[in-house]
Amino acid sequence: MLERVLEFSEALRDAGIPVAVSESIDALRTLDHIGLEDQAAVRAAFAATMIKSGPQRTAFDTLFDLYFGTGRGPEAVAMRDKLDGVSTTQELLAELEDYLTGGEPAGMSDTARRAVAELGLLGSSSREWYSNYQVLRALDLTGLLARLVAEIPDDLSPTEQQLRRDQIDRRAREFRDAVLRETRRRVAEHRGPKAVATYAVKPLPEDLNFLSATADMAELRRAVRPLARKLATRIAMKRRRATRGHVDLRRTVRHSLSTGGVPMEPVLRHRAPHRPELFVLCDVSSSVSRFARFALMLTHALSAQFTRVRSFAFVDSIDEVTRFFEHEDFVAAIERMNDEADVVSDDGHSDYGTVLEEFLEAFGSNVGPKTTLLILGDARTNYRARKAWALRELTNKARHTYWLNPEPLYDWDTGDSAASEYAAFVDEMAEVRNLRQLEDFIATRL
Amino acid sequence: MTSTHRAGARFSGIDDVQKRLATTGYLSDEAIATVVHLADRLNKPLLVEGPAGVGKTELAKAISRTLDYELIRLQCYEGVDETKALYEWNYKKQLLRIQADQGSSWDVLSEDIFSEPFLLERPVLKAIRSKQPCVLLIDEIDKLDFEAEALLLEVLSDWQVTIPEMGTLVAQELPFVVLTSNNERELSEALKRRCLYLYLDYPSTEREKQIVLQRVPGITETLAEQVVRVVKSIRDLELKKAPSIAETLDWASTLLHLSITTLDEEAIRRTMPVLLKFQTDLEKAREHLKIKGS
Repeated sequence: MLERVLEFSEALRDAGIPVAVSESIDALRTLDHIGLEDQAAVRAAFAATMIKSGPQRTAFDTLFDLYFGTGRGPEAVAMRDKLDGVSTTQELLAELEDYLTGGEPAGMSDTARRAVAELGLLGSSSREWYSNYQVLRALDLTGLLARLVAEIPDDLSPTEQQLRRDQIDRRAREFRDAVLRETRRRVAEHRGPKAVATYAVKPLPEDLNFLSATADMAELRRAVRPLARKLATRIAMKRRRATRGHVDLRRTVRHSLSTGGVPMEPVLRHRAPHRPELFVLCDVSSSVSRFARFALMLTHALSAQFTRVRSFAFVDSIDEVTRFFEHEDFVAAIERMNDEADVVSDDGHSDYGTVLEEFLEAFGSNVGPKTTLLILGDARTNYRARKAWALRELTNKARHTYWLNPEPLYDWDTGDSAASEYAAFVDEMAEVRNLRQLEDFIATRL
Repeated sequence: MTSTHRAGARFSGIDDVQKRLATTGYLSDEAIATVVHLADRLNKPLLVEGPAGVGKTELAKAISRTLDYELIRLQCYEGVDETKALYEWNYKKQLLRIQADQGSSWDVLSEDIFSEPFLLERPVLKAIRSKQPCVLLIDEIDKLDFEAEALLLEVLSDWQVTIPEMGTLVAQELPFVVLTSNNERELSEALKRRCLYLYLDYPSTEREKQIVLQRVPGITETLAEQVVRVVKSIRDLELKKAPSIAETLDWASTLLHLSITTLDEEAIRRTMPVLLKFQTDLEKAREHLKIKGS
């Protein structure tokens, strides 16, 4: 058991969850108080001692399945399959349909297990390997879902119909997850948990790379609000600390009356915090659009921390998009921005030179000593004129100018990237490839 | 030094926790019961995190009811320091003492004014010095300033409070400590390491239905089921503030008070503001459920 727990801790660390040695020991100590055979309890106990935030739970569960849901070896799997007997696809489908349309949820994982046993084995390879896609295709889950949705009676109220559709969707999602877990478990029995762990664990939301294709926009969107809340607290804390140290004489004397005129506690003066005015310039061309949208949502979610937030989107032309974000619904705001903002005048490739010049002409007079400029983009000019002088003029007017570049540092200045040339004129050009870096940047600089 | 004063097993097992919490009106699941059981056996504080309104504070209250312990609560907010969390010297009383007794020597006096009668107990010290075992609830610890968090570390790992003028006070009876957090900021590693971590999420459909049935007496099973199903659908949308258990319960009792027995479109439309607190969320939910605006 000791060895298994240590391997498990190692796997958690590989997945980006820091597990201290003392925490592994705590996890082992919990086993004195709960039965090893009660897997749900062991899972809860290990989660309580080894992870420290909600989002880490998904990776934890995946790894726990691999390391503790397995270990009885391939023979045990074969035995279990024999015990289950043969099920036909029709039987499985009937069970699945019953579950999707609101039947007892208890039998679902059983159905998933048998479905994988019957349909999941990849036939061609000599070594045993299972595929969850093969199972779902054999069952034609998509077709089944379409049929079930079509079968919802029309004479029900629209609300009721929608609720039924939602339930089918929800349960289909759960079934898919169960099938995925079962295939992984089987492969892990044959290949060992480590082999599966390397591909099965998704990166934590804060480690998702903005530029990679695996970055799920919905997941990023869900991260916006919690992150904004956290950042707001950090920024507020920083500002509060910054105002300490000046004694407010009048209030100190007033306060000393409660201790008989002896000033026992100095009262410090609170200065009104400096709230910068924030101008965000976003490259929304396809190569970096995901990052730009995310950053736009985040800065607007943080708008209470600033005097004013104005945002501008550009590709080869620039347009102000603040108006779309005035209402709280950012998803709708992004959609409207995509449809209505006037950001492409030429061929849809970013043109930093023209954009900087346009911005300077149209909005330059609004940039003043209270303004912080935030430019988001990869500084790839598509070999057009760079016009760094326009940037220099802007930075001279503004209080601070920062540039956030979603490209990895080692790619800067390769090909058409003008990173260093622009970086020379701004206070700082920072590499921001994931949420963690973005959070750090905002909390320390703004 | 926790071994010198073990509180002993207060629960006999995971099932026992679950059963006894249920008798006081708190429906737990196996994960919650396991972690409470472990917190009891390992004498570790329990850090409960999760969205607002999923029953974090309620869990602490339920534990105190179950064990029949006094609940001592420290509500955290920005600016809480040791004089509000641990203890404070009553300096007005100290001044009076000094003025009343001009003749005596300073040595005698200073011994005297830094002693028990001049000490004001704040929640944490109160829990430590309590003769009876108690539940110490440190609520919304994420609202606490980063520096103030460190004040609690001594209590949480060694169950003691050090007062420079008096020495170290060690707990006589180990309190059962529950900390809650809405995750408004990252808590320090040092704090998290000392605690057992429990993430409370929205409950499963079945458990939420049971909770509604228990906490809203008089509701029919059909209505409870309909309520939970609608809530579940709404939670899947991307909202500013997803409805929590507390809001589900509010909604269910609203329906009961209005004598609504089946949830149709009109009923949902009229009562949805109980469930959702933002206009944009309301609009989104109405649109999703195909309910025409008012």
